[in-house]
Amino acid sequence: MTPFTRLLGLVAPMDRANVDTDAIIPKQFLKSIKRSGFGPNLFDEWRYLDVGEPGQDCSARPLNPDFVLNQPRYRGVQILLARDNFGCGSSREHAPWALQDYGFRAVIAPSFADIFYNNCFKNGLLPIVLSAETVDRLFAETFATPGYRLDIDLVQQTVTLPDGSTIGFAVDEFRKYCLLNGLDDIGLTLQKVDKIRAYEARRRAEAPWLFV
Amino acid sequence: MAGLTLYDKLWQAHVVDEAKDGATLLYIDRHLVHEVTSPQAFEGLRLAGRKPWRAKSAIAVPDHNVPTTQRAAGIADPVSRLQVETLDRNCADFGIEEFKMNDVRQGIVHVIGPEEGLTLPGMTVVCGDSHTSTHGAFGALAFGIGTSEVEHVLATQCLVAKKSKAMRITVEGVLGQGVTAKDVALAVIGRIGTAGGTGYAVEFAGSAIRGLSLEGRMTLCNMAIEAGARAGMVAVDDKTLDYVKGRPYAPQGAQWEQAAAWWRTLHTDPDARFDAEVSLRAEDIVPQVTWGTSPEMVVTVDSRVPDPAGAPNAVKRQDWERALQYMGLAAGTPIQEIAVDKVFIGSCTNSRIEDLRAAAAVVKGRRKADGVKLAMVVPGSGLIKRQAEQEGLDRVFVDAGFEWREPGCSMCLAMNADRLEPGERCASTSNRNFEGRQGAGGRTHLVSPAMAAAAAIAGHFVDVRHF
Ligand code: SF4
Repeated sequence: MTPFTRLLGLVAPMDRANVDTDAIIPKQFLKSIKRSGFGPNLFDEWRYLDVGEPGQDCSARPLNPDFVLNQPRYRGVQILLARDNFGCGSSREHAPWALQDYGFRAVIAPSFADIFYNNCFKNGLLPIVLSAETVDRLFAETFATPGYRLDIDLVQQTVTLPDGSTIGFAVDEFRKYCLLNGLDDIGLTLQKVDKIRAYEARRRAEAPWLFV
Repeated sequence: MAGLTLYDKLWQAHVVDEAKDGATLLYIDRHLVHEVTSPQAFEGLRLAGRKPWRAKSAIAVPDHNVPTTQRAAGIADPVSRLQVETLDRNCADFGIEEFKMNDVRQGIVHVIGPEEGLTLPGMTVVCGDSHTSTHGAFGALAFGIGTSEVEHVLATQCLVAKKSKAMRITVEGVLGQGVTAKDVALAVIGRIGTAGGTGYAVEFAGSAIRGLSLEGRMTLCNMAIEAGARAGMVAVDDKTLDYVKGRPYAPQGAQWEQAAAWWRTLHTDPDARFDAEVSLRAEDIVPQVTWGTSPEMVVTVDSRVPDPAGAPNAVKRQDWERALQYMGLAAGTPIQEIAVDKVFIGSCTNSRIEDLRAAAAVVKGRRKADGVKLAMVVPGSGLIKRQAEQEGLDRVFVDAGFEWREPGCSMCLAMNADRLEPGERCASTSNRNFEGRQGAGGRTHLVSPAMAAAAAIAGHFVDVRHF
């Protein structure tokens, strides 16, 4: 996993609530047995005017000029600004894979769906919860200012605006540690082999039917 | 000290280790695997040279990509076929039991878990699928995980998790005739919204919930995720034990007695406290129909499509306008004047025998309306299909002009050949009405099985209480 420490990135606004994982990456692309290559199909149904199929060359497809990420001012975007309940719906990790493959490293929203939020951390994508008022302000500034960038510092847990003002955000200690160091958490868990074995031994005595 | 909630009890029984900040290493008893969210996890194991910690805790089944017609001919779409073959190969390589596509036990992962007794009270159950919440109906702690976590559970039998807050949704009273668990689920989501349960594990309680069969409780817990909750659950009672007893993977003899004694303790203590409480009266719940592109966009069958002018705030108003446009509906249209093109009875929400019986009871002796292009019934598993056929339900459907299919996810998410064409409108018993969910441009209205069946007969939504 790519570590995340600090990012000064261009921001794009996704101005709708309840953006679900089906919208982030439509199901026909879940048939892939790989982990990469989902970027060209990120937001496929909104982004293109035709219906996408897996394995297609997306560079030749007709783009929807009204879709936010198709506007030239958002080329090279790394931070997605979103509304409430972003990432709701299915547990598919293809959603953060697609966002990351497209180039996103962080998503800012007033709230996220639980599983999506969790999946982001496993893939070097930082989800940041800020208050609804702050997010409103960021939307307004992003719309008003071409080239609008935010400076995200995970060590300090801050988002710094172009005017120099700074907003703090909360993040779990353990998740922060893994993200900062790009750690595979399976390796971390396996350092606790003895504890897992001890649990199993106790549980096997209490509830033998679970171990048949 | 205050008593414990059901959630507390389930959580505590599975703590392997706890860090100071509350990050818990939680032991996983049952891991259900399907073809869509597992290939990258198995690949990860291979790359790291790891083996499953306890292969016997896992069981796999292909469901999302399998065709619902001509099963014997195999899967025509090469990409879908590769995904199912990859599952077969991974299960063989890693020693994981699999119900393959042509096994009579094959079906939707959330249907076969309980059906086989793989899901038991008191277990932690995970699956790379958000509707894993279904299994909470058994007094289990069940939740969906992403592919990285699928790999984590395979490799370590554990997950790093943080305890959610606890919410209790109480429904007291008796549900009216024609009102089902699906209507309760939609009414709850209509009340608290699709993010209302975010950050919570939800326990459904009250006399109306105890009155539901295990099938009904599964329908309800299945949709807990649509209210944003990671998990839904219902306390264990005699109905739970009766359902589980004798299932192929359930304990027997002395182990059954030992298990049942613990399971009977799996309920919330009277003095336990919840972080949030919601209550509904069963008598107030009537059949529900969604009108928009989120399950919270739901109204009662006797009302009209709402007007965005009445939305609670500007963001919602915009969402409602967008939803009406996508759905091709005008504000103020009576729900019962909305005509449907297709009807889908199936999915892990409503494809169990009780659902098929309810739909068949409505259909019996009638015919599908001419305007309805397709009405399909997709049982949740091969065993449900067989039982329905023994009861003659397949004849009832076929005689009425419905199609009777092979088990799988089918048009719930349209990863196989079953899908809506752009602009087509569907009465569906599934759980998600998102844009494009049942096919690009397709328009989904979520309803109960009886309501879907009635819509197929009438050609438009009708109130099944007076049908
Ligand atoms: S039936 Fe639908 S919701 Fe259920 S597991 Fe299959 S695709 Fe998911």
